Amino acid sequence: MNLIFSHRRISGLLAVVPANERSFVDEMANFSFPPARSLKLKLVMGYDKHRIVDGPVCASDLACFGMEHLFASGKLGRDDCDALIVVTQSPDYLMPPTSSVIQGRLGLKQDIFCLDINQGCAGFLIGLFQAFSLLEQPAVRKVVLINVDVMSRKTSHRDRNSYPLIGDAASIAIVERSEDGTPIHANLKVDGTRREALMIPAGGLRLPSSPETAVLEDDGENNFRAKDNLRMDGTAVFNFVQVEVPPMIRDLLQTAQADMEDVDCFLFHQPNRFMLQKLADQMKVPYEKMPSNIVEHYGNSSGVTIPMAIVHNLRERLTRESICACLAGFGVGLTWCSMLMPLGPLDFCELIDYR
Amino acid sequence: MPTIEEILKEIRPEFDFTASQDFVGDGMLDSYDIVTLVSDLDKAYGISISGLDIVPENFQNVASIQKLLQKYGRP
Repeated sequence: MNLIFSHRRISGLLAVVPANERSFVDEMANFSFPPARSLKLKLVMGYDKHRIVDGPVCASDLACFGMEHLFASGKLGRDDCDALIVVTQSPDYLMPPTSSVIQGRLGLKQDIFCLDINQGCAGFLIGLFQAFSLLEQPAVRKVVLINVDVMSRKTSHRDRNSYPLIGDAASIAIVERSEDGTPIHANLKVDGTRREALMIPAGGLRLPSSPETAVLEDDGENNFRAKDNLRMDGTAVFNFVQVEVPPMIRDLLQTAQADMEDVDCFLFHQPNRFMLQKLADQMKVPYEKMPSNIVEHYGNSSGVTIPMAIVHNLRERLTRESICACLAGFGVGLTWCSMLMPLGPLDFCELIDYR
Repeated sequence: MPTIEEILKEIRPEFDFTASQDFVGDGMLDSYDIVTLVSDLDKAYGISISGLDIVPENFQNVASIQKLLQKYGRP
């Protein structure tokens, strides 16, 4: 599905990461693999440090911390939030929505549109699509888009295929109308027949959590995880990304009548360095135009990796100038989407630690 | 330049890779070992194996890996 928007912009971006930093080397003893084998994988995948919450920290805790920072620093007025979109796969509760939890905790006005979206690695773009659409309403002047996940709490510490790459984080994007009428082209696809490639099997109503679903099981490759934990079919996900993403980007650029050279930066979801570099090679994009350094510094925080890539790599530049950015998200669902948009200058572009 | 067998041996020194025709099925290589193997082959042979070619069938045995390398102009 092709989408088109105009007169929309991201005016500010804040990323929040837990101050608690863990290193892959320190955690290697948790995995049932010889250290030499794990160290080799570390180099290839870009595992190094990751930020994960310490204790029972929830999605709304990271989000409210970031929002209070914006209020306290004068970057956002408490009464300026006309819509609040929260994209998460790790909500505080099955019900109520985490957006309601955040609205209540922050004391936001009642005259507000609150919406939760259950999405992961494509979640920043899915959230932007919703934010852009909400801005059609005259009553909505400012949309607060929060992407947040604390997936470390749902990932087995003894799963070397998932735990080392997981990172917890939140991002807050302020989305507003713009005088710039440059078309923002986007596209989106979903294939629910492949939904089991990325899932948490237990904890919903189909398979409620129980003592049985908490039992760790060997996946046959010496990774131990329970049905309550994140389960990722690495081979299926890798193939999905390599097969679907390059043609999606080609279609996007063709629709926008743009060339690869017109794009200043390819800001893609970052599952791991290897997968991104293989994508860059296949698409003939120089590595310097497609940052792949988020997993090594913070971990893969699902829908937050694109805002993290912006804040970590382009902070200074985007407060001064505008770039042509090609964004792409792909993951749970399976869902894949991309967008070509002018990005910047931003009123703020910041990263803070949650303590 | 290291041989395919030498590269495999460095990744999983505990196995005899000449004795199997199905590395994945016999539990000698898991999906993440294949990632490591691709990275090592890329470096050793100065190529970039396409992500589209990173499927278990291309890493079943030494002959299939050799066939894959030939696709990239390597002996």
